[in-house]
Amino acid sequence: MIAIRGLSKRFGKKVVLDGLDLTVPKGKNTVVIGGSGTGKSVLVKCAVGLLRPEAGEILIDGQDILRMDERELVRVRRRFGMLFQGSALFDSMDVGDNVAFALRRLKMHPEGHIREVVEEKLSMVGLRDIQRLMPAELSGGMKKRVGLARAIASEPDILLYDEPTTGLDPIMADVINDLIISLRETIGVTSITITHDMASAYKIADQIAMLYKGKIIEVGTPEEIRTTSNPVVAQFVQGRAHGPITDESEEFVRFVSR
Amino acid sequence: MFRHHPQEKEYGISSEGSAGEGAVVRLSGRLTLRSLEPFGHESSALLDALGPSSVTLDLSGMSSIDSAGALALLRLKAMAGERGIPLAISGDGGQAGRLLALVGERTGRASEPPQLAEASGFFEELGEKTVSLLREVGDELTFQGELLKATARSCLAPRAVRWADVLFYMRRAGVDGFPIVSLISFLLGLIITFMSSLQLRQFGANLYVADLVAISIVRELGPIMTAILVAGRSGSAFAAEIGTMQVNEEVDALVTMGFDPMTFLSVPKLLAMLAVTPILTVFADLHGILGGLVVGVAGLDLTARAYLAETHAALTAPAILASLVKAEVFAVLIATVGCQRGFRVRGGADAVGAAATSAVVTSIFLIIIADSAFALVQQYLGI
Repeated sequence: MIAIRGLSKRFGKKVVLDGLDLTVPKGKNTVVIGGSGTGKSVLVKCAVGLLRPEAGEILIDGQDILRMDERELVRVRRRFGMLFQGSALFDSMDVGDNVAFALRRLKMHPEGHIREVVEEKLSMVGLRDIQRLMPAELSGGMKKRVGLARAIASEPDILLYDEPTTGLDPIMADVINDLIISLRETIGVTSITITHDMASAYKIADQIAMLYKGKIIEVGTPEEIRTTSNPVVAQFVQGRAHGPITDESEEFVRFVSR
Repeated sequence: MFRHHPQEKEYGISSEGSAGEGAVVRLSGRLTLRSLEPFGHESSALLDALGPSSVTLDLSGMSSIDSAGALALLRLKAMAGERGIPLAISGDGGQAGRLLALVGERTGRASEPPQLAEASGFFEELGEKTVSLLREVGDELTFQGELLKATARSCLAPRAVRWADVLFYMRRAGVDGFPIVSLISFLLGLIITFMSSLQLRQFGANLYVADLVAISIVRELGPIMTAILVAGRSGSAFAAEIGTMQVNEEVDALVTMGFDPMTFLSVPKLLAMLAVTPILTVFADLHGILGGLVVGVAGLDLTARAYLAETHAALTAPAILASLVKAEVFAVLIATVGCQRGFRVRGGADAVGAAATSAVVTSIFLIIIADSAFALVQQYLGI
């Protein structure tokens, strides 16, 4: 279980996370939704220790990763797998080496078996016989799937998905959704997904949390979020151009430009 | 003199009426964040001086008002309310009224009005620039320290080093850089010999051209030209490569998979630089001397044997050694600056380009500084 308490992170004068609280239950998929630039990526990067927040705690099974030194962090990070927004495949290596990357280092399998293990991981994401291709030869959807195979290769028990369906066509997006669900069901990973694709969020989430102005303003099941009474959440999930999120700036713009 | 006061008065206020009666207060001009403070003082003083039974605030002369101005009006109303004076607003043309309603509805939640940013003065700017420069130097030194530490650790555990990468960068910087380094040194030797022979010929000292070329190339020009070319070819490539990985989140991916990007990305580059720069420097020295030889034999009627014997006599082992030590120092500078500029990249493609440029400019600058330091030390040590 991951418990995030009072997390604050700022860049210069811009406060991105402002005392954020979030509990991520074990074996469930928690989806964090929120507009562009509200700090969703910052949240997951803090969770895996890529960014150091100014205040708060991130407890992973009771251990606060913000109080760890670099060596302990490296050990904890082995439990994480992360799918990045742009897949972040290593351009200089072929697909097989990308997927095998962490495996080789952790020496989880003898070198002779690595290609087989990689083939197995790739088949889990529905790809075969592409180990020799370079990332530049893949389409966006294939890159995401290879990125996913790389993320699950070292058998992590926590998976972080940073906008897994962004930039994919609806069919490929749904393929990724199904993969995320099947990973949760077959391996039982705990996961955090950040997205602004509501169709995907409703499909894959056990719980949805809305990030707004640096805080989690509502947490609930997909059904609760769909029928929320909070006007801010309602505007976001229904995708309306007018509502409390856009009002403040709009009223001012209208007044100034009269 | 260096700053202007952020709070200035851009509104007008006038009143009619006397104590105990209904008063009319007329506002004109602009009521904005800039005039928040003076308006607060002036209006409360006016209220005290008049002591009216009721106030009508006439806004028909106002040209504009912002949300801070609306907040000021609401504060005035609240202040009048505290003293038991009813306050009515008239002549707002609807616009100010709407803003008033908007601000009024939110004052419960609103925080203090934002402070206007003050234009910074000369000394403040000078101080800020100095602090940021010092911080940058500090960052650079920290990075250098960390890289050297990671390299030392890798040398103790050589199996952890990615030797394939080291060889790759050695080929890139060394083999691929060899032709241009050789050509430039050869031409440099040619030019030096030619130019100096014009002077030396007047004294019949043609033969000493060999000494001049050997010493200047081996002690100064060989190492420095090599370093500048390597910085331009490899330093910029390091910065661009790591910068692109940074933009694509590949560096983040490395970290989440439990790799230290320093050991993984920078150490092979530094090791390759350390291996290749001295070798290139030796070749640069040789080609520079060769250039001198060509001009000496073809243009100055010297024999090759005499030229080489003179060169041999002019060069001492410590001078050659110092040239190699310099090359190693330059190698460290090029690799650290290149990698550090790469890791500092935030944003997109333009940041990668800027990092590559900055890597080249900074490392050439540091190379020249280091070379000057070497010149001084060598002078004192008498090498």
